[in-house]
Amino acid sequence: MTEPTVWYGQLTTRRRLLARGFLFIAGGISWLAVFLLLPSLALFVVSFMKRDADGVLIWELTLESFARIFGSASGENARILIRSIVLALIATSASVTLAYPMGFFIARGSRRRRFFWLALVIVPLCTNLVIRTFSWKLLLSAQLMPAKLAAWLGWIDPGRDIYPSWTAVALGLVAASLPFAVVPLYTSIDRLDWSLVEAAQDLYASRLRVFFAAILPQTLPGLSVAVILTFVPAMSVFVVSDMLGGAKHWLIGNLIQHQFGPGRNIPYGAALSLLLIILTLGGVSLYRRNGRSVEIL
Amino acid sequence: MIQRLRDFFSSSARRITRPPTESEAARNPGCSLVVENVSKSFGKTQILNDVSFTAEAGEFVTLLGPSGCGKTTLLRIIAGLDRSDRGRILLAGRAVDHLPANRRPVNTVFQNYALFPHLSVFENVAFGLRSRSIPDPEVRDRVRSSLSMLKLDDLAERYPHQISGGQKQRVALARAVVNEPEVLLLDEPMSALDAKLRAEVQLDLRRLQRALGKTFVLVTHDQDEAMTVSDRIVLMNKGRIEQQGVTAEVYERPQSRFAAEFFGAANLISAQRVGATLVFTTVGALRVQTTPQWEFGTLAIHPEWIELCENEPPENGVRGVVRESFYRGDHVELIIEPGPLRVQLSPRARLTPGSSVWLALPAERLEVLSD
Repeated sequence: MTEPTVWYGQLTTRRRLLARGFLFIAGGISWLAVFLLLPSLALFVVSFMKRDADGVLIWELTLESFARIFGSASGENARILIRSIVLALIATSASVTLAYPMGFFIARGSRRRRFFWLALVIVPLCTNLVIRTFSWKLLLSAQLMPAKLAAWLGWIDPGRDIYPSWTAVALGLVAASLPFAVVPLYTSIDRLDWSLVEAAQDLYASRLRVFFAAILPQTLPGLSVAVILTFVPAMSVFVVSDMLGGAKHWLIGNLIQHQFGPGRNIPYGAALSLLLIILTLGGVSLYRRNGRSVEIL
Repeated sequence: MIQRLRDFFSSSARRITRPPTESEAARNPGCSLVVENVSKSFGKTQILNDVSFTAEAGEFVTLLGPSGCGKTTLLRIIAGLDRSDRGRILLAGRAVDHLPANRRPVNTVFQNYALFPHLSVFENVAFGLRSRSIPDPEVRDRVRSSLSMLKLDDLAERYPHQISGGQKQRVALARAVVNEPEVLLLDEPMSALDAKLRAEVQLDLRRLQRALGKTFVLVTHDQDEAMTVSDRIVLMNKGRIEQQGVTAEVYERPQSRFAAEFFGAANLISAQRVGATLVFTTVGALRVQTTPQWEFGTLAIHPEWIELCENEPPENGVRGVVRESFYRGDHVELIIEPGPLRVQLSPRARLTPGSSVWLALPAERLEVLSD
């Protein structure tokens, strides 16, 4: 441990290096400890607690909440969970599909134009999600073109809004996720080695093959970030489904939010949250592991 | 970058120009490649200005010129990676201007090789065959034989990041020749190699081209490389063709100042015309074989064509004094006043600075430049 080591032209020991390393990450670690680990721990503890008739926590250990998740409410929960996963997948794939051409469009501009378009993508994030979703509610209302068009096509009854519906929830989710897909993909596209694209074209590749052989492998790092950044929030969202879906279109986020609010069942909400966290982390790590085998770049 | 993006997204429909005409194909029989009056500008910068040349089947043609002369752009236009503003390209007698890159019977060896990093050497070489849905057994056979032709058999399963620069270059070559293109385009493929390896690869390239009997078009700025490998040289400058011809002719008979200077060593002599074939120059009166089109102009002669004489030669003799002498191993280079003229002699000629000499500038070796 105390053997001298040279580190960036500096004579030092391993122990000193470790100490310095800890000093550097101490701030970040303590931040994570206070704002991530402690709340998660609290969630974990609360999920094993009881509550009285008014919803006040009772300090008594029980497996009641978990019994409810996997027992009496399991059918309904499973339905909501599957629904959430499907919608999150739709939102993710739609966002990524839209983000590719947007990324190319932004990357082709001059510096100034890139900044303009990127700003246009990012600026909506300055507004609260509730307000953005509300504007979708207005857009999809009966008086405006989209609803009239949908009615004319026979998708909805004339004079009705497009919401509440799964279509409206999906639209809202895609709109909320899109910036998080565009930015990482743009970054990858900006660094694209075009000679590989040209080599593929030169070697008789069709447009589709050019994309899969030359563009996709190069943008895979950006793509995987985009997928995680859109899928994870989409899994836990409740504002969008609440406003554009209503009571009939609950996602897992709504279910959890309900327990902490009107449902007054904090232990049950905590248990559901834990389940969601475990599922999401599991999904993401599975994705990363499968993704790595292709990430030879 | 912007242009590339634009080209990538521009639909292939925009490439449609004129349908192929039979007359042109008939006019150039035996030509693999015909480049006809091609012009190209990026914005206000004219990159190519009315460029025409041909490459016969099985010929090794080099586009030679300084950087920025438009040679790479010309290659990209032939490959279909850029579009020309005017003019046309014929491959095997067929106009291809309306075809996108992936439908032209040419393949390119890129300057940085552009190997797919996520594919093995074998799959890189197989890429073009797989694009055309050639059946698997045939792909295997053709890839194997082109890998062995380039001595890459042992590297088939390696990835590009696991092989050396010289090996990458051979993989890029194998990836192109495996498709048996009508014309193989090479964009400065040796610029990233060190001098020793480059000399080796030049010979290999020449042998490969002979063995395949295919038409090769090489782009380079290195005149030694051009002379080593080519049957014919197309010398380019500022978007125009300065001179083209068989290799020895372009070197020995430069037509312009640029051509004489680009091949390095030629002596340039300022001259004034006094008779049909007689000129006054800074080294005295000289007789030339062609009548100059100018009143004041330039003559060129390579140092190795200037002869050392014991007595005054019968024609074009120059009395001079050795100013400097450089021993180069295989030859001696002398700087002689007046001129100063650079003269290249056998190393057996021991001449010290200060000695007086008679030089002969043979009229048949004195080139009357156009400018």
